[in-house]
Amino acid sequence: MTFKLSVNGQTHTVDATPDTPLLWVLRDQLNLVGTKYGCGVGMCGACTIHLNGQAVRSCQLPVSAVTGQKIVTIEGLAENASHPLQRAWIELDVPQCGYCQSGQIMSAAALLANNPKPTDSDIDGAMTGNLCRCATYNRIRAGIHRAVELTAGTEVVK
Amino acid sequence: MNTPETTTMDRRSFLRLSAVAGGGLVLGFYLDAVPGLGAAEMTNASASTAAAGTFAPNAFIRIAPEGAVTIFAHKPEIGQGIKTSLPTIVAEELEVDWQTVTVVTAPLDAAFGSQSAGGSNSTPSSYMNLRRAGATARAMLIEAAAQTWSVPAGECRAEKGRVLHDASKRSLAYGELVAKAATLPVPAADSVKLKDPKDFKLIGTRIGGVDNSKIVTGQPLFGLDQKIPGMLYAVYAKCPVFGGKVVKANTDRIKKLPGVRDAFVIEGKSGLMPGVAILADSTWAAFSARKQLQVTWNEGPAVNESWTAFAEQAAELGPKPGKNVLRKDGNIDAVFGSAAKVVEAQYLYPFLSHANLEPQNCTAFVQGDQVEIWAPSQNPGPGQKLVADTLGVPVANIKVHITRIGGGFGRRLMNDYMVEAAAISQKAKAPVKLTWTREDDMQHGFYRPGGFHFLKGAVDKNGALAAWKNHFVTFGTTPDKPGTGAGLGADEFPARFVENFVSETTVLTCNIPMGWWRAPGSCTIAWVMQSFLDELAHAAGVDPLAFRLTLLGEKDVAPTSDQRGPGFSAARTKGVLKLVAEKAGWGKPLPKGKGQGIAFHFSHRGYVAQVAEVTVSKDGTLKVERVVSVADVGSEIINLSGAENQVEGSIVDGLSAAWLQQLNYENGRMQQANFNDYLLLRIADAPKVECHFLKTDNPVTGLGEPALPPLAPAVCNAIFAATGKRIRELPLSKADLSWS
Repeated sequence: MTFKLSVNGQTHTVDATPDTPLLWVLRDQLNLVGTKYGCGVGMCGACTIHLNGQAVRSCQLPVSAVTGQKIVTIEGLAENASHPLQRAWIELDVPQCGYCQSGQIMSAAALLANNPKPTDSDIDGAMTGNLCRCATYNRIRAGIHRAVELTAGTEVVK
Repeated sequence: MNTPETTTMDRRSFLRLSAVAGGGLVLGFYLDAVPGLGAAEMTNASASTAAAGTFAPNAFIRIAPEGAVTIFAHKPEIGQGIKTSLPTIVAEELEVDWQTVTVVTAPLDAAFGSQSAGGSNSTPSSYMNLRRAGATARAMLIEAAAQTWSVPAGECRAEKGRVLHDASKRSLAYGELVAKAATLPVPAADSVKLKDPKDFKLIGTRIGGVDNSKIVTGQPLFGLDQKIPGMLYAVYAKCPVFGGKVVKANTDRIKKLPGVRDAFVIEGKSGLMPGVAILADSTWAAFSARKQLQVTWNEGPAVNESWTAFAEQAAELGPKPGKNVLRKDGNIDAVFGSAAKVVEAQYLYPFLSHANLEPQNCTAFVQGDQVEIWAPSQNPGPGQKLVADTLGVPVANIKVHITRIGGGFGRRLMNDYMVEAAAISQKAKAPVKLTWTREDDMQHGFYRPGGFHFLKGAVDKNGALAAWKNHFVTFGTTPDKPGTGAGLGADEFPARFVENFVSETTVLTCNIPMGWWRAPGSCTIAWVMQSFLDELAHAAGVDPLAFRLTLLGEKDVAPTSDQRGPGFSAARTKGVLKLVAEKAGWGKPLPKGKGQGIAFHFSHRGYVAQVAEVTVSKDGTLKVERVVSVADVGSEIINLSGAENQVEGSIVDGLSAAWLQQLNYENGRMQQANFNDYLLLRIADAPKVECHFLKTDNPVTGLGEPALPPLAPAVCNAIFAATGKRIRELPLSKADLSWS
């Protein structure tokens, strides 16, 4: 079957079985491999994307359920790594192996969109679904706080 | 899409010294192996190029006429930061502006020597070689400038990619010197002058990971991201019981499923486990077809094995004499008969999975006797050899691209996924990407071995350790030898520091594949030894820090029994212990329910001590509040940011394992399959970490592993201080920590 998808502002028509998780459509068909496979059961968060602005696990989303909805992946988060989270991640050298980090950033971006100045406890709540096997959690937390500062800085400059 | 992170290098570009087509300078070097540090791996790696091996060819630097500097990162990046830190060493001595350097992952090539990343050995085995590589290039560029200006080389210096002659205020960029430098002889590696470490500009600073921009924008880097034209997506089903074989499978039916191109049985042989391959047009088609797969397995003898049975066997064997005596010093029986206090305890811990977040995978294309592989392997050289042996093709015909790796932890020292992908591609006559499901990954590991320790210790009337006995009941695939990562060293502390000491082992044979798991051996041994030391300190009524310092005594280095390696430095151990106690405010009074615990461990040439601070509520809820760590890994920290990442990661990884993780082994198979039943620590439970480095006048060594072992005992000792409850079984989530 064919499905029409809106991904990172572009419309794609893909041919897939209706139960195919969005994760595999993104990776295998659209070559958007920033969204990672970690567990396939929604337990690790490596496949986190934005669906209509909400952070969701793309391994749990059948392609047939997301036609016409607004999908954003790590590749479409911002131009040239300019999102404050991306800048903070680079500045604080957050990644170790890096495999989980696109999912971490997508979860954090959805958090900041709804809660521009999260507390540590807010961060725990929003980020608890994202595993980091290298255990970069302290820098992830610091990175989110730093992104808040960078966002504020940008506003001042404006 | 292509494979942007892997670079094809023409073998000819590794000639000792040659001008390349574009007029750039390729500097290749024959360099000494560092005596005692990785010499063996250098020898092995140089087999194709050098006579009996004290030299290995290395080629790390390319400078183009327009000045572009490329440094090749020759070790696989698994998250240990080596792709950034090793090129930093080259750039330091080369005297180039780091911002202008392009770092490229090298393909597998003997010119680089060993390209294995394991045992925290990449730094110690590469540090001096890479400094010499950079310094040699700098010396040649300076010589080229000196000849151009007809001045003595001694009057010239290099800085930020230029050679300067201060007296005449002249300078030339490296790119302008490339053509001349390429005509100069390569100076002997030991003749070039290395920089004085006090002049280091890069080493010791914070340098962000070279791939960070690509990581945060989701660009293809990892094994699972590779894609080659015409590629099929493969899964490979193996018997859930270790060692089981395929009797028959419904491959005829599978082949008819949507998107499936092929399905077949692979018989398996040494190094290649038997199984059923399914090849499809997409990963999901392969995964979906897999659900319809019906296999009749010959499960083999492992089906009768279980953890419970092993634990019963261990309980019977533990009190008896061990089969192998590793060490017997003094007369423990006499001391146990007369000592002021005698303590006995049993410690046990389970098998663990590596649980790399990127599941095992590999992309391979076999065309006749030509093979090309894209592999997330920590150990690509032996992988290439394994593929050669299994497929029956010459090693020279196997081209291996090393991808970035979504977590190593020792799992990817094994190359099972590589040979599987190659065997499937060979049989299918098509390029394939093999993807393991998470369930495959957890059920077909090379596991961190479980084990049982039966300890007895005595303290004398002065409160000092007087005798120590350990019978370690461990696992092996044969009764005469512990499995990989399941052994115990004859010198393991407190050996050599207590007069009366016995260490014995008995091996339980099993069919469970065992492997290296971050800080192999040490990751469990440190917990046992440092916990039991704590028990003895408390039995003696002596502060746990003071007890350890007294035990370490006044001697500096205890040589290894077999006279290999650098020995164990009591002085360095005391150094990290004293500093961590100071930084953590050791000994401050705390109310019940809060506690500090201290532990140290020496492994992978590094000395690390940690203090953990915990809060345990009356209902038994544990919070690890803070961990203070001091590491002595020699005279320099190459990249402070990366080093802190390794220590923080080791601490939280160590906590995750000790607190939460356990594989249940029943009927010859692991019962856990995914992150719903095999837990990893999540962000809310990560403690604050304070990371300090104690620089000492010693060789620079690695940090991927040594900060992990002390964490578990530090936390468990803190729990005892908080609650009076001693943890003798992991994971500690099984313990009732409630108190009143």
